[in-house]
Amino acid sequence: MTATVRVELPAHLCRLASTSREVHVLLDGTVTQRAVLDALELAYPMLEGTIRDHTSKLRRPFLRFFACEKDVSHLSPDEPLPVKVSEGKEPFLIIGAIAGG
Amino acid sequence: MSRIRLLVGTRKGAFVLTSDGIRKDWSVSGPHFAGWEIYHLKGSPVAPDRLYASQTSGWFGQVVQRSDDGGVTWNAVGNKFVYDGDAGTHQWYDGTPHPWEFKRVWHLEPSLTCPDTVFAGAEDAALFRSIDGGDSWQELAGLRKHGTGPAWQPGAGGMCLHTILLDRANPQRIFIAISAAGAFRTDDGGLSWKPINRGLHSQYIPDPNAEVGHCVHHIAMHPARPDTLFMQKHWDVMRSDDAGESWKEISGNLPTDFGFVIDVHAHEPDTLYVVPIKSDSEHFPIDGQLRVYRSRSGGHEWEPLTRGLPQTNCYVNVLRDAMAIDSLDSCGVYFGTTGGQVYASPDAGETWQAIVHNLPSVLSVEVQTLS
Repeated sequence: MTATVRVELPAHLCRLASTSREVHVLLDGTVTQRAVLDALELAYPMLEGTIRDHTSKLRRPFLRFFACEKDVSHLSPDEPLPVKVSEGKEPFLIIGAIAGG
Repeated sequence: MSRIRLLVGTRKGAFVLTSDGIRKDWSVSGPHFAGWEIYHLKGSPVAPDRLYASQTSGWFGQVVQRSDDGGVTWNAVGNKFVYDGDAGTHQWYDGTPHPWEFKRVWHLEPSLTCPDTVFAGAEDAALFRSIDGGDSWQELAGLRKHGTGPAWQPGAGGMCLHTILLDRANPQRIFIAISAAGAFRTDDGGLSWKPINRGLHSQYIPDPNAEVGHCVHHIAMHPARPDTLFMQKHWDVMRSDDAGESWKEISGNLPTDFGFVIDVHAHEPDTLYVVPIKSDSEHFPIDGQLRVYRSRSGGHEWEPLTRGLPQTNCYVNVLRDAMAIDSLDSCGVYFGTTGGQVYASPDAGETWQAIVHNLPSVLSVEVQTLS
């Protein structure tokens, strides 16, 4: 079954990808962080390297992932995301850490 | 009639300024890539509408942008910068080994002959090259691996490779500079490199013959005389007449020899420009007076250029890549400040005007002379 996952991007990445704040990616199989980010980068190749490292695929240090009001940044990238995300009822949020004065 | 295009990188985006050959009235386009730090933009000498830009962010990493219409539209190209093989370590500020980590591109230098070839100077210091218009990047690892790499240390701004000079007369020769490792030269297109720091003296390095460790801020060269190099070091303005084999101080009567920028007149290879900055702890002009200093004798003797520049209460800095010189008959000199002003002189420094006043802090200025 194909899931439509809503992904909310920070403003800088919207500008880079020339897209709106929320984008949709289509996924077959289990909806995980890795699957969402793989699909996102496939649809928007200019985002490669800006959310996670090109080679290690680790999340960049100043970014966090949220879903259903929970910080899921430290979950395994292969752990299923909440059902509401896979159902498209809640977005997967990519958020830049608040830093600076 | 000739046209001038200025490429201005700032802390919050890029701006493209254009004017006719009179260089009095300017149009401003931007911000491009709003909100991102644009460390450097530069155009290809052989295809002037081909521009490259280094777009970077502490949050989102490195992006390289390419334009094929003079900066009207842009496309993100390759941003995968991977050190060759086992990256190894350099020294951290406290002298302990620290792994090489890619942070950003400080400087992009398009080839003198091929619009698809471009060099990138990175932090942590390394030289990368693309031969496909920026789509992919390969490290010229001979620089980092020639032997002194493990002894390199970062300067206050990071361990950045910020200067890349290509030699029009000898395509195999490239000069680069790193804060705070020093200057290096290759004579075989980047395969092998040697430090060229003999004659540099830095207060914090006790060994007067230290091969590396000098905080070089910028180097300039006149294309018609590529063996002569002019350097603004952390402290000291220096000159080499043997392609960097040896250096002599030419600070002469400068009020302070600390600074970041240095550049050479387009038609007079012995006419130089610097912007003296008070000290390494006070990054602003002496007495709040913004003054460009010009030497017409290849150094030693300097004159202040002040007409049109603020002479009271000015406490801005001019960063290392933020000066450029056009090639019109009466050559134009341009520089940008951390206060967001870009100043232009259409008469080789005699008079100046601020052509924009309130940009974000300026990181780099490049100029293109277009026919």
